[in-house]
Amino acid sequence: MTKFKLSVNNKVLQAEADGDTPLLWVLRDHLNLVGTKYGCGAAQCGACTVHINGNPVRSCLYPVSAVGSSKVVTIEGLSANGDHPVQEAWEEFDVAQCGYCQSGQIMAAAALLKRNPKPTDDDIDAAMTNICRCGTHVRIRAAIHSAARKGGLKK
Amino acid sequence: MSNATLSRRNFLRVTAIAGGGMMVGFSVLANAADFPEESGVFSPNAFIRITPDGKITLLAPNPEIGQGVKTSLPMIIAEELGVDWQKINVEFAPFDAKFGNQVAGGSGSVRGRFEPLRKAGATAKMMLVEAAAQTWNVPVEECEAENGSVIHKSSGKKLSYGALASKAATLPVPSEVKLKDTKDFKIIGTRVKDLDVKKIVTGKPLFGIDTRREGMLFAVVARSPAYGKKLKSFDDSETKKMAGIKQVIQIKNSVAVLGTSTWAARKGRDALKMVWEDAGKLESTTEHDAAFLDMLSRKAPNTSRNDGDVAANMTASHKILDVTYHTPVVSHAQMEPLNYFADVRDGKAELFGPTQVPGSLRGQVARELNIPPENVSIGLPRQGGGFGRKLMPDNGVEAALISAAAKCPVQVQWTREDDMQNDFYRPSASFRYRASFENNKLLAWHQASVWLNRGNNDDTYPAGALQNFRAESQGLPTNIPMGYWRAPGHNVLGFAAESFMDEVCHELKRDPVAFRLELLEQAKQQPVGKVNYNPDKFKSVIELVAKMSSWGKEQATGTFLGFSAWFSFSTYVAEVVELKMVEGKPRVQKVYCAVNCGRVVNLSGAENQVQGAIVDGIGHALLTKLNFEKGAAVETNFDKYRFLRMRNAPLDVVVEFVPSEDPPTGLGEPALPPVAAALANALFAATGKRFRKMPFED
Repeated sequence: MTKFKLSVNNKVLQAEADGDTPLLWVLRDHLNLVGTKYGCGAAQCGACTVHINGNPVRSCLYPVSAVGSSKVVTIEGLSANGDHPVQEAWEEFDVAQCGYCQSGQIMAAAALLKRNPKPTDDDIDAAMTNICRCGTHVRIRAAIHSAARKGGLKK
Repeated sequence: MSNATLSRRNFLRVTAIAGGGMMVGFSVLANAADFPEESGVFSPNAFIRITPDGKITLLAPNPEIGQGVKTSLPMIIAEELGVDWQKINVEFAPFDAKFGNQVAGGSGSVRGRFEPLRKAGATAKMMLVEAAAQTWNVPVEECEAENGSVIHKSSGKKLSYGALASKAATLPVPSEVKLKDTKDFKIIGTRVKDLDVKKIVTGKPLFGIDTRREGMLFAVVARSPAYGKKLKSFDDSETKKMAGIKQVIQIKNSVAVLGTSTWAARKGRDALKMVWEDAGKLESTTEHDAAFLDMLSRKAPNTSRNDGDVAANMTASHKILDVTYHTPVVSHAQMEPLNYFADVRDGKAELFGPTQVPGSLRGQVARELNIPPENVSIGLPRQGGGFGRKLMPDNGVEAALISAAAKCPVQVQWTREDDMQNDFYRPSASFRYRASFENNKLLAWHQASVWLNRGNNDDTYPAGALQNFRAESQGLPTNIPMGYWRAPGHNVLGFAAESFMDEVCHELKRDPVAFRLELLEQAKQQPVGKVNYNPDKFKSVIELVAKMSSWGKEQATGTFLGFSAWFSFSTYVAEVVELKMVEGKPRVQKVYCAVNCGRVVNLSGAENQVQGAIVDGIGHALLTKLNFEKGAAVETNFDKYRFLRMRNAPLDVVVEFVPSEDPPTGLGEPALPPVAAALANALFAATGKRFRKMPFED
């Protein structure tokens, strides 16, 4: 067990864990930030997507020892009041069905809009590789376009 | 409750809440005597709770698995109660007999609850109005209720429901209750957002997997790696040396490792040296599929339906179309891998986690632990998908056994691999469809199916429209557990039947929409045998989707359409898939869908269910299959188990509901069965090739 000091959602948090523990489980089990979800443990489904230094990362295969001084942002820290343009668009379009994959989808979409403020359908196809068994893809696409129109980059 | 009379007609019950207030409970159970008297006792176990401070709480009784019932069921109550949707609180009901049938399955929640919940709301409103009339000493007819208050029209007096609650609770329950005129609906039929939407987009703990309790340990379990194997022995010496490992417990045929975090337990589980031995046949998909073909080549032992004389009308002298379809095993793959929290102590069990069948879970836990069912409490979190997997309560039962043995609260977490290797799968199936023709007319239709485990009732449309129709089905026994998967039976039967219908139309050179409408007209005018569907409702969706998709009109170059329609869970659905060939590969652009599901409760939720079912159906048709090799699932995670992503999803799905005054019918499932055939038929239009075997991109 090693003590790690992590920058998560602009706070310095401490966790004692084996260095090979995926960041996902440190967030969920050690830091009680359970908004980041476990879906596959194989970096395939994207339910565990967080931002590390602004980039979308699948935290289920990302060892805590690799985080170092990088800045981690989870769904809980994406905005202060749940008012990131992507979160607002998700709400406006009533995207979720079961809702389980959506924090990962939102983190992926927020990272996409930061990199590419006006994504085309092809850009969305390429960037949004998260899995949703409920099939909310049509509303996810519409919500991303809407957030882009309203200036997804600004926040 | 002082003088309330219990009516067997509507089984309503009013109870005074300690400290004032009123509660109305209602059950679909046949016997009102099942309810214990709770006079003067505060109890949250009811659909409606109004306290003197004006707080109105509605309880959502059925498990929320993404089908939207935490929102739609309270909408029904709120409509009749006459309250402002923005000013009420909604809570999940715990599992309790007072709530009646708390199952999430068979697209039945809204279907079964519509009338009873309307009555629950209307009765409460009626009593609040009566309380106001008595307070003001005016005739009840002069009072009106809306937006959480009762108003005396001529004097302008007004009292809120909260102010009236204590008095209303002392009144007798009316035996007759007048429901709103549907023309006056203000909430039902509107677009209402999921109640949890804000919590979902901000990552609040909502799901079973998010449960955290004092003293709780995390458990990961080593289960049999293949069907047909059982535990012989295990060595946990390495596991016990590992940091964070607290206990190792054998439960029947598996071994649970309990640790201070999910990751510790997972590593401990993986370090076990497990020895399994053969205890049964180790089955493989290749053997199943070969057996299917063999069974289809022989006459089935019995028939689901036999109209006219198929044999006499399908002879060597007739032109015959004879084709075979195949659909593979798939896993449920709900996004929240199975888990369950259990705290079993002192003869009591507290359970919290994902299940579609809390009643069956409670019964099984009580039996396994040998405690009375009333000592088992089950809380229902929001669930990360269901799709039928959690109609089996094995995850909750296992957690209870582990907690009982460990003597501490546990959260049992399944890995994705555990989940896919230990499923109750959608059975694979093969279908042989034959049609005979004479003078360019369809003469006879013969469909035969073989399914893993057991046969299916294939007595569905187009039976009733054809003079000579025969359906037969049989099962291939297996030791691999098969179960219910979104729209069981229909999900693949719809594919085979509606693909074949397209082939028949092509053979007859008839338009697929016009030909189906003609068949349905025959079923209406000259039905053959029992007709299990309403031909007019069926036609309503076919005609609407034809209009929506400009069916029969010229399409843009490189754009192709495919049509299909299906009836399941009392709901009629017709769909048109529009695809484009992009660099030689098909991409679904748009799907048009017309639905007749009676009255729509929540337009946003209903549309979401239909869009989702279509996307889900397209993904499984194109990409997904699960193979077995010597009893083990070959694809146990999304690296090998191919699954739809955004690039495979249609760009848009346009949904329209046929306006209807009929009560709501099912909606979580019925839009899935037709879409695979609509896609296959569009692919035929685009490529000239028939796609008769799922997944199409194999």
